[in-house]
Amino acid sequence: MDAILLQILNGLDKGAAYALIALGLTLVFGTLGVVNFAHGAIFMLGAFCAVTFNRVLSMSTKVRDESITAFEAYKEVPILAAKFPVAGPVILDYSVPLALIVAIPIMLLLGLAMERGLVRHFYKRPHADQILVTFGLAIILQEIIKHYFGANPIPQSAPSTFAGSANIGAMFGLGDNLVYPWWRLIYLAFSVTIIGAVFAFLQFTTFGMVVRAGMQDREMVGMLGINIQRRFSIVFGLAAVVAGMAGVMYTPILPPDYHMGMDFLVLSFVVVVVGGMGSLGGAVLAGFLLGILQSFASMNEVKSIIPGIDQIIIYLVAVVVLLVLPRGLLGRKGVMEE
Amino acid sequence: MSNKKTPLSTWTRRDVLKASAASTAIAGAPMFFSRHAYGADFLNAPTGDTVTLGFNVPQSGPYADEGADELRAFELAVEHLNGEGDGGMMNTLQPSALKGNGILGKKVAYVTGDTQTKSDAARASAKRMIEKDGVVMVSGGSSSGVAIAVQGLCQEAGVIFMAGLTHSNDTTGKDRKANGFRHFFNGYMSGAALGPVLEKAYGTDRRAYHLTADYTWGWTQEASVQASTEAIGWSTEQKVLTPVGAGDFSQYITPILNSEADTLILNHYGKDMINSLTQAVQFGLRDKQVNGKDFQIIVPLYSRLMAQGAGDNVKGIYGSTNWHWSLEDEGSKAFVKSFGAKFGNPPSQAAHTCYVQTLLYADAAERAGTFEPCQLGKALEGHKFDGMGNGPTEYRAEDHQCFKDVLVVKGKDNPSSQFDLLEIVEITPRAQVEYAHDHEMFAGGDLGSCNNGA
Repeated sequence: MDAILLQILNGLDKGAAYALIALGLTLVFGTLGVVNFAHGAIFMLGAFCAVTFNRVLSMSTKVRDESITAFEAYKEVPILAAKFPVAGPVILDYSVPLALIVAIPIMLLLGLAMERGLVRHFYKRPHADQILVTFGLAIILQEIIKHYFGANPIPQSAPSTFAGSANIGAMFGLGDNLVYPWWRLIYLAFSVTIIGAVFAFLQFTTFGMVVRAGMQDREMVGMLGINIQRRFSIVFGLAAVVAGMAGVMYTPILPPDYHMGMDFLVLSFVVVVVGGMGSLGGAVLAGFLLGILQSFASMNEVKSIIPGIDQIIIYLVAVVVLLVLPRGLLGRKGVMEE
Repeated sequence: MSNKKTPLSTWTRRDVLKASAASTAIAGAPMFFSRHAYGADFLNAPTGDTVTLGFNVPQSGPYADEGADELRAFELAVEHLNGEGDGGMMNTLQPSALKGNGILGKKVAYVTGDTQTKSDAARASAKRMIEKDGVVMVSGGSSSGVAIAVQGLCQEAGVIFMAGLTHSNDTTGKDRKANGFRHFFNGYMSGAALGPVLEKAYGTDRRAYHLTADYTWGWTQEASVQASTEAIGWSTEQKVLTPVGAGDFSQYITPILNSEADTLILNHYGKDMINSLTQAVQFGLRDKQVNGKDFQIIVPLYSRLMAQGAGDNVKGIYGSTNWHWSLEDEGSKAFVKSFGAKFGNPPSQAAHTCYVQTLLYADAAERAGTFEPCQLGKALEGHKFDGMGNGPTEYRAEDHQCFKDVLVVKGKDNPSSQFDLLEIVEITPRAQVEYAHDHEMFAGGDLGSCNNGA
């Protein structure tokens, strides 16, 4: 029982990461009709916002070591801790969640720059061209990060308050083995909140209403005198913010390296396709579904029946879903069917 | 009917004898003037004043960081062979035929390739080096899958393969090749070195749970460590294969929480080890108690680069390594000084083995007096040397595996710098890690005959 509950939690956690990236991909595809292969790189850049923020906060200076009187001795002291002895260490401890404050404007600007500077020139080009140019962009971004940060993963710590594991079993009167890392639980809650916020934004704001109308019939919205293109550009920026935030919060779970975006990208595309191209609900549903299935397929009991199933389950499900429901779980008619 | 004579029919018996004598003289002349002139009859024999070596390393993929360090080491080795820099371990190698003027008087040039940590990409890259760039030797590694694939290619093509970082038993076991040579240690040696240390640290009653990278290296290391831990009385609770480059290992770690295991053995390397260890710690495994014992994690193959990536999580964790920069012998000190001055950080074990292999190749060429792979290979077989950071070492003729001491290390509790992460717990003597070349874990292999590509 504990094992099953743990795998469900694992699946939800994995699914949350897939869903957040797939949500951004679907937003861009649904509005601009662009298949953005650089989306994984944006997730990775978000993670490196956290790394850079931590490095800035950790910058140190040499100060006189008063404990040594025989000669002039100096020791390295973090600038932040020296200037703010009480708040400094706390800020450094919370550098990952605080990095969100820096990452949001950076990712928004980056998203807008990508859309205005490159992607918009490919709106009327075939999907193959879009895939090639965004894939090329992803490789360039990766190499830039590799040049400055190296190829090795850079571990980031969760705030010390959330460093350990939550004994869920004890909380709910279940077994002692039902423990789960606090930060993974926070990541799950964070993802659900962001997904909810994106849906609420599209559902309950005028901006969201116009965007949804544009997704249904771009031409008609344009004829009503609304500059739908500008709004779609902002949606591209928002998708970058969502992926960037996901990247920031994921750093204590998976030490970021330059390639992490690519690792998630392929899976996220499968999630988008299984969910149904252009369907936001489908992306979220498929993200969680595939995450949970992947976790269960990794159980020793399952692997002993079908060896290697953990490595193919996602693609197997994708094949089955697309055979039964060619438009994906919640795909709309007419998307990518011209 | 024509009675026209063919040109041959005009030859007298004396003409034929003269022609035969002349042909024999022409064919035999090089043999007469130079002992090794027939050596030109091999693939990619260098004709100009340079000789080209091929360095095939992972510049992307889960072992990219090791690859980058391997490349630095190759660059340094070539510099030293060409008489530039401070000479590094060329000054400490004993015995040495190296002269510091290239190899056999030819300046050393090199080409590099990216294996992408994939066997097919590695083979394509090595093939290009052999066919297009005309290399006489290919070196590189990480992973063992790549090393074995490239070793096979070098055997078929007829050039020497000096393996870089490859730790699978199979490289010099069932997949050994006459043209391939490995300086790095292997899974069996790690297991043999770790066993007694683990017994001393954690006792004889433990239940081990293996998470293993699903390819040749993972399989053979798992088997080796299982054998050595069971020999000290441990039992094996479960063995689980994980895909290389999985990223998130949580779904493989959570079942450990519900098992009876009290020890996790991570047969992972590079980025995979960094991720799986970090996540195992996050899931509270190191704070856990099972059957009244503290839960322990073991990483049989350690590297300083990995320790750097895993941060505080490596503290107190046992493993083994081929070499460490903190060794105090003259060879290690010379290499660390040379590498540190050029690149600003100490070399990794991957860098060390690649540097050593390049120098050993050059030394063998000097001793053989030729680049001809079969003669050069003979010069390496059974060769005993010292001064390369591992103490007295021997290239065993039967399987082309180097035999030397093995280091058992532990994550340092109080590192003094960002590089000072591992402490050497024990230098396990060669005798304890040695095995017969036809040992069951290495059985089924055959060096075959050497191929010079002619």
